[in-house]
Amino acid sequence: MTRALVNVPKSARRGEIIEIRAMISHTMETGYRVGPNGVPIPRRIINRFVCTYDGEEIFIAELFPAIAANPFIAFTTVATSTGTVRFTWTDDSGETYTETAEITVT
Amino acid sequence: MAEDVAKHALRSLPEMDRRTFMAGAAGVIVLALPRQALARPSLDEAIRGFTGGAPVQAGRVRFEIPPLVENGNAVGVTLDVESPMSADDYVRRVALFNEKNPQADIAIFHLGPRAGRAHVATRIRLATSQVVVAIAEMSDGSFWSSKASVIVTLAACIEDLS
Repeated sequence: MTRALVNVPKSARRGEIIEIRAMISHTMETGYRVGPNGVPIPRRIINRFVCTYDGEEIFIAELFPAIAANPFIAFTTVATSTGTVRFTWTDDSGETYTETAEITVT
Repeated sequence: MAEDVAKHALRSLPEMDRRTFMAGAAGVIVLALPRQALARPSLDEAIRGFTGGAPVQAGRVRFEIPPLVENGNAVGVTLDVESPMSADDYVRRVALFNEKNPQADIAIFHLGPRAGRAHVATRIRLATSQVVVAIAEMSDGSFWSSKASVIVTLAACIEDLS
């Protein structure tokens, strides 16, 4: 079970710069490790993270094996309108994990 | 029977041919080495891949990373780029590269004028003590960078589970 944790302020004034933080539980297996039986553990990392605000992409991250397990990313955006902030993580196996948060802009 | 034929065939090869055969065999063994043992792109090559050969100037990027880390498995980094982040003057991308991990790339962040402030924070892995470089691409196509050297006491990536 993958658990995602996102932090978006519940409310903000229009034009205010807000900080958004997102973290997801994922091993971020690098592909460089060897298991107990001497067999290399296949790579499986989250290679892409996208954040949309009211359907528009505001932040994209391309990730590589040098990102720590349970990837944490913090960034900023301008609060423009009341709406949904959607977070999508995609890993090597093509699996996607989504989380959303609502923000009220006054 | 088949062995005898093979031995005979090898013996009957002229000396030169046997050498070429051995060199070929050595080549095959080198190719069979694990992928990561082969040359990874150097820091400069990786940066050139990101900038497309454009000159990189030092400055405008504030890059915070602890100079001494105990555990290379999770090193907090913070990036701030000096930019008005207006519709016509903003940071397009910020990338992180390392010198000595098995792979040179760490992450590439795509920003835009909607970010308001060019600020990104994340946690990275470092395999050993090395230099980490942050590069920002501005909307006018210029590149700015900042580097930091980090001492790592417990490495990431290379530990075995056995």
